[in-house]
Amino acid sequence: MTERRRPLVLIVAAILLELSVIFAAPPVFAEYADVVLNRMAEAAGMRPVVFPHWFHRIRFRCKVCHAELGFKMRAGANQIKMTDIIDGRFCGACHDGETAWSVENCDLCHSGKAGLPPGIFGGHETLGPGRW
Amino acid sequence: MNRCAVIMFVRLPRVPSTRCAKCLLILMLAFARPSPADERVWAPLAKDGLRDPSGPAVRILQQPADALLPLSPDNAGNQVRWVHALKEGQINPRASLRKPLVSEKYDKDVLLNLNGGMPVVRFPHSIHNEWLDCSNCHDHLFKKQRGASKISMFLILQGEQCGVCHGAVAFPLTECARCHSVKRADALAELEREEAAKAAAPTPAPPPAPTNERPSAPRKEGKGK
Ligand code: HEC
Ligand code: HEC
Ligand code: HEC
Ligand code: HEC
Ligand code: HEC
Ligand code: HEC
Repeated sequence: MTERRRPLVLIVAAILLELSVIFAAPPVFAEYADVVLNRMAEAAGMRPVVFPHWFHRIRFRCKVCHAELGFKMRAGANQIKMTDIIDGRFCGACHDGETAWSVENCDLCHSGKAGLPPGIFGGHETLGPGRW
Repeated sequence: MNRCAVIMFVRLPRVPSTRCAKCLLILMLAFARPSPADERVWAPLAKDGLRDPSGPAVRILQQPADALLPLSPDNAGNQVRWVHALKEGQINPRASLRKPLVSEKYDKDVLLNLNGGMPVVRFPHSIHNEWLDCSNCHDHLFKKQRGASKISMFLILQGEQCGVCHGAVAFPLTECARCHSVKRADALAELEREEAAKAAAPTPAPPPAPTNERPSAPRKEGKGK
C-alpha cells in the first residue's frame, strides 16, 4: 500500500515545492535596467526613486549621463541630494523645465513602492550583476 | 496577404477537399501572428513590482510596450536590439547635453579569448563608441593594449569588466554567441592578415613634417595607431 502511494506523495511534494518557489519572493517584472535609488528618499518620507534606463537611452547616449554629467556606473554609488537636483546637478541637469519637465513633479521620480532596496532590476533573462 | 494570394495559385493534387484545405490554410495564415516580434510582452508599470500601483505615476508615465514595440526586436534584455535601432535610425539619442565630449574616433575591433575553449570574442569599438565615451572603459576597466587586461568570464558574471554593462543595462550575458562570435581559425587568420599588412606597409608613418609642436610632447591618450 505505502509502496504504491509514494509516487503520489512525491508529486504532491513537487507541486508544493514549485508553488513555494513561485510565491516565496514577490515577483518583480521590472523592465530590464530599471534602477531604484533609495539611499535617503524613503528615510526622508518620500517614495523611492525609480530611474528607467530604457526611457532615457532612447533620448540620450550613455555618455551624456555617465561621462558628461558624471553619474557613476554603479547603482547606489551616487550620493544624490534633492538640493543638488534643484541646483541643476544629476537628474536636475535635464529636469529643469527646459530639457525635461521640472523638479516640481515629485511623484514622477518618487514613484517606487515602499521598502525597495537600491539597486538595478530587470525581468528578462537576468537580474543584473547581483551586486551594487 | 501576399502569402494568402500565393497559396490560392498553388496547384494541389485534384482531390475533392483541396479547396477546403486551401481556405483553411489561408485562414490559419491570416490569423497567425505575422512575426515573432509581436510576441514580445512588457509588464505594465502598475505590475512591474517597482512602481507603487496606488501612486499617481503609474497613470502618467509611459508604458514600456508603447515605446519599445516599434523598435528592432530582440529576445532578451529590453527585448530591443539597441544596436539595430540606432543604426536604422529608429532612435536618435543625443550625444551631449551642453559641451560635446571631445574624443577621437576609434573603430578597431579587438579579438579576445584566443586560447579558450569557447569561440573567440570580437569586441567592437565602433558599436561601443556610438554610445559610450572612452573614459567609461579606459583605463579603469581595460588597458589600451590588446591582451593587457586579464579578462575572465568569472569576473564578467560577477558584474566586473564587460559585466559592468552587460547583464545590467546592455544586452544580458545569456547571449553568449553575441560576444563569442568568431571561430578560432578565422580569428587567427584575421590576426595574421593584420600582421602581414603591418609588415608590408612602409615603416609606420613618421610624424608629419615638423610643425611648431615640441617633438617630445606627451602623446595624447589613445592617439596611437
Ligand atoms: C527628476 C527626478 C526627481 C524629482 C522630480 C524629485 N526628486 Fe527627490 N530625489 C530624486 C533622487 C534621484 C533622489 C535621491 C534618492 C536616494 O538616493 O535616496 C531624491 C531624494 C529626495 C529626498 C531625500 C534626500 C534629500 O535631499 O533630503 C527628498 C526629501 C526628496 N527627494 C524630495 C523631493 C520632493 C519634495 C520633490 C518635489 C518637489 C522631489 N523630491 C522631486 C529625484 C527626484
Ligand atoms: C539619463 C541618464 C542616464 C543615461 C542616458 C544612462 N544612464 Fe546608466 N545610470 C543612470 C543612473 C541615474 C544610474 C543609477 C546610479 C545610482 O544608483 O547611483 C545608472 C546606473 C547605471 C549602471 C549601474 C548598474 C549597476 O548594476 O550597478 C550601469 C552599468 C549603467 N547605468 C549603464 C548605462 C549604459 C550602458 C547606458 C547607455 C545604454 C546608460 N547607463 C545610460 C543614468 C543614466
Ligand atoms: C540627460 C538628461 C536627463 C537626465 C540626466 C535625467 N533625465 Fe529623466 N528625462 C529626461 C527627458 C528628456 C525626459 C522626457 C521628458 C518629456 O517627455 O517631456 C525624462 C523623463 C523622465 C521620467 C518620466 C518617464 C516617463 O515614463 O514619462 C522619469 C521618471 C525620469 N525622467 C526620471 C529621472 C531621474 C530619477 C533622473 C536622475 C536619476 C533623471 N530622470 C535624469 C532627461 C533626463
Ligand atoms: C559581454 C560579452 C560576453 C558574453 C555575453 C559571454 N562572454 Fe564568455 N567571455 C567573454 C570575454 C571577454 C572572455 C575572456 C576573454 C579572454 O580570455 O581574453 C570570456 C571568456 C569565457 C570563457 C573562458 C575562456 C574559454 O573560452 O574557455 C568561457 C568558458 C566563457 N566565456 C563562456 C561563456 C558562456 C557559456 C557564455 C553565455 C552564458 C558567455 N561566455 C557569454 C565575453 C562574453
Ligand atoms: C566598452 C568599453 C570600451 C570603450 C568605450 C572603449 N574601449 Fe578601447 N578597449 C576596450 C577593450 C575591452 C580593449 C581590449 C583590452 C585588452 O585586450 O586587454 C580595448 C583596447 C583598446 C586599444 C588597444 C587595441 C589593440 O589592438 O591593442 C586602444 C588603442 C583603445 N582601446 C582605444 C580606445 C579609444 C580611443 C576609445 C574611445 C574612442 C575606446 N578605446 C573606447 C574597451 C573599450
Ligand atoms: C560601459 C558599458 C559596456 C561595457 C564595459 C561593455 N559593453 Fe558591450 N555594449 C554596451 C552597449 C551599451 C552596447 C549596445 C547594445 C546594447 O545596449 O545591448 C554594447 C554592445 C555590444 C556588442 C554588440 C551587440 C549587438 O547587438 O550586436 C558586443 C558584441 C559587445 N557589446 C561586447 C562586449 C564585450 C566583449 C565587452 C567586454 C570586453 C563589452 N561589450 C563591454 C556597453 C558595454
